[in-house]
Amino acid sequence: MKSNILPSLYTTIFLVSMSCLLYIVDGLYFHITETERKCFIEEIPDETMVVGNYKCQFYDPKTGGFMPSSPGIGMHVEVRDPDDKVMLSKVYSTEGHFTFTSHIPGEHVICLYSNTTKWFSGSQLRVHLDIQVGEHAVDYGNVAQKEKLTELQLRVRQLLDQAEQITKEQNYQRYREERFRGTSESTNQRVLWWSITQTFILLVMGFWQMKHLKSFFEAKKLV
Amino acid sequence: MGSILYLNQIFYLCCFFQFTEVMHSVGAVELTFELPDNAKQCFHEEITKDTLSTVEFQVVTGGQYDVDMSLESPTRQILYKGIKKQFDSFTWTAAQTGVYTVCFSNEFSTFSHKLVYMDFQVGDEKPLPGVGEHLSAMTKMESSSIQVHENLNTIIDYQTHHRLREAQGRKFAEDLNAKVFYWSIGEALAILCIGIGQVIILKNLFTDKKTVSFT
Repeated sequence: MKSNILPSLYTTIFLVSMSCLLYIVDGLYFHITETERKCFIEEIPDETMVVGNYKCQFYDPKTGGFMPSSPGIGMHVEVRDPDDKVMLSKVYSTEGHFTFTSHIPGEHVICLYSNTTKWFSGSQLRVHLDIQVGEHAVDYGNVAQKEKLTELQLRVRQLLDQAEQITKEQNYQRYREERFRGTSESTNQRVLWWSITQTFILLVMGFWQMKHLKSFFEAKKLV
Repeated sequence: MGSILYLNQIFYLCCFFQFTEVMHSVGAVELTFELPDNAKQCFHEEITKDTLSTVEFQVVTGGQYDVDMSLESPTRQILYKGIKKQFDSFTWTAAQTGVYTVCFSNEFSTFSHKLVYMDFQVGDEKPLPGVGEHLSAMTKMESSSIQVHENLNTIIDYQTHHRLREAQGRKFAEDLNAKVFYWSIGEALAILCIGIGQVIILKNLFTDKKTVSFT
């Protein structure tokens, strides 16, 4: 009798856990063609972690829907930092996640495209994407388990992370404002120099024209 | 005995599916993307019934800083339609379970690319694992920590909006700076060319007349 119960118990556990996996919410998705490159911009301060979860599905013309999983195609993820230097450039499978930490504050560009060999736009792709930045990227379940924190300690840890993110963002705001001020002052300088130079060029031009024409007419004996 | 075990399994499975049906979809995604001219970009999300969701957008750079936005329910009903708006926020409770679509359109513009920030929030924030699960009343410490957490969330939200507004101003200033630079170089060259050209043409006029009068 024992041998009868155990397998059925394991079957139940297996089925329940499989249903758990089936019900993972995929989240936001959008459509792109096979050869299209889709980019997202994240303006973040330095030393900030960014986690992206994605899932890619191929359009199946036979059923008119999207295949639940399509092996064979890979997703190329490219991350560029504000100085246009490539931070991360890897080909992942159709489903996965990527992580990177910014070293310079500014606009980081995350580009996704499939590693297809076609030249012209092929079939449609459905891409599920979820990008979480900074404090939202931390998995608190994991942290609680690893460091054996009580609920209140976990909550305090979350509040600390949030406060740190706010501080970083404020610091980044100061840096941005400095850049803005620098740009405005540069524009002011350029306008000033341009107006002086333009007046100078006009005067020189006028003077040269008159002198040249006077000598020309004198040579032609018209004056 | 075997049949009881089988029924047991079915019971557990049914309980689990009941639980998953009651479970609402949760999540929040913030994306900033570029919308080329004459383009339309749509985002879809599966939302369960009675979930409170919010869509917020703001145009950061481009043209007149406006974009068209529409929100469609699974039954193709237009829940919200905004024409040439700079920023807006819309909250709704899902009437049915299904795929809701948010579309941004720049089709009215002929040459300006738009940079659009979008925040799609579905349901409430995911609770901290282990914190929201016990059913007993929360201690003062716990409830004040939740209060602090919500206040910090509000601060982060305000910071995001401030960053977007500041980015708008900053990008405009950078654009202006570049325009002034190219314009001043272009105009200096134009003045030089026109000045020299005038003299050459004038000289040509007099030289031709001279040759005509001699023959």
